Amino acid sequence: MNNLIDLWGYLRETPLFWLTLTLLTYQASAWVIKRLPDWPVLNPFLATTMILVAVLLITDTPYETYIAQAGMLQFLLGPATVALAIPMYRNVTKLKQMLVPLLVCLPIGSLIAISSVYALGHLTKLSQAMQLSLLPKSVTTPIAMGIAEQINGLPALAAVFVLLTGMVGTLIAAPLLDFFRVHDLRVRGFAVGLSLHGIGTARMLQISQEAGAFSGLAMALNGSLSAVLIPLIVYFLG
Amino acid sequence: MIGALTLIFCFQLLGETISHLFGLPIPGPVIGMLLLFAWLSLRGQLSEGLERASSGLLDNLTLLFVPAGVGLILYIDQLREHWLGIAIVLILSTAITIVGTALTLQFLQRLPVLLNHKRREEAHE
Repeated sequence: MNNLIDLWGYLRETPLFWLTLTLLTYQASAWVIKRLPDWPVLNPFLATTMILVAVLLITDTPYETYIAQAGMLQFLLGPATVALAIPMYRNVTKLKQMLVPLLVCLPIGSLIAISSVYALGHLTKLSQAMQLSLLPKSVTTPIAMGIAEQINGLPALAAVFVLLTGMVGTLIAAPLLDFFRVHDLRVRGFAVGLSLHGIGTARMLQISQEAGAFSGLAMALNGSLSAVLIPLIVYFLG
Repeated sequence: MIGALTLIFCFQLLGETISHLFGLPIPGPVIGMLLLFAWLSLRGQLSEGLERASSGLLDNLTLLFVPAGVGLILYIDQLREHWLGIAIVLILSTAITIVGTALTLQFLQRLPVLLNHKRREEAHE
C-alpha cells in the first residue's frame, strides 16, 4: 500500500502526468461522444473539464500542480489564435460579401451582450464586484481580464465567467439557433463567435471551416470593441 | 511546416510587441491574427505548410481551453455561494446575445433583398 502511495506521489509530480491525463481524457471523451446517439449538447471540452475538476478535487491536488504541467497546452492558445487568420483568409470572399451587415451587426451584438448582463445583474441583486466581473463575459479571456481590471471588477473571477459562458453557450447555442431557424453557417458562426469568444470558435471549427472563419472574426472584433465600450458604459452608468 | 510555424510565432511576437509598445487593451495573439490575415490578403496565396500548421493547431482547439477551464476549481466556493444569481445572468444573457446577434445579422443580410423586392413592387404599380 505504501508503495502505491509512493508511486502516486511520484506520478503526480512528474511533468508528464497531468498533461497525459488531460490528453487521454479528451481522447476518451471524444471517442465515447462519437459513439453516443447524436446529442449536440455533449462535447469533449466540457466532459474533459468536468472530469478533471472532479479528479483534482477527489485526489486533493492543487490547481498549481495541474497547471504547472498542463499549462503547455494553454501556451499553444497564442499561436492557435494567430492561426485563425488562415480559415479567415480562405473564406475572405464570403467575408467581403457580408462586410457591411457584419460591421453593422457588430456594435448591436456587443451592446446586447453588455446590456443583458447589466440588466440581469441588477435584477438578481448580485454584488457590485460580481456584476462588474460578469460584464466582459462574452469577450476572449485576456481582453476580459484587462477590462475587469479597468472597471474595478475581479480579473480572475472575470476569467472564470468567460469560461463558464463558453461552456453554457456551447451547450445551448445549437438548439437555440435551430429553434429560431437560423441555418446559415455564416450567421451561426458570427453569432457564436461574438457571444462565446474562443470556446465558441473552437466548437464552430469542428462543424465547418466557414463557420469557424466567421466566428474567429466576430471574436476578434467584439473583443476589440468591448475593450472600448464596457469601460465607457460603466463610466456613464456608474 | 516548421517554416509555417515560425511565421505564426513571428506574427504572435509582432502582435505582442505592438500591444505592449502602445499599451493596447487588445492581446498580442489577436493583433497577430489580424496582421497575418492582412499579410495573407496582400500576398494573395496560402502555402501548403501554413494550411497544415493551422489545421494542426485548430483541429482540436477546444483541447487547449481545458487547462484554463479546470481553473474554475479555484472559485468553487464563491460560485457555490452565489450560484443562483450567476446561473440566471449567465444562461439568460448568453442565450439573449446568441439569438439577438444571429437574428440581427440575418435581418441585415436579407435587408437588401427585401428592399429590392419592395422597390420592384412599387415600380410595378
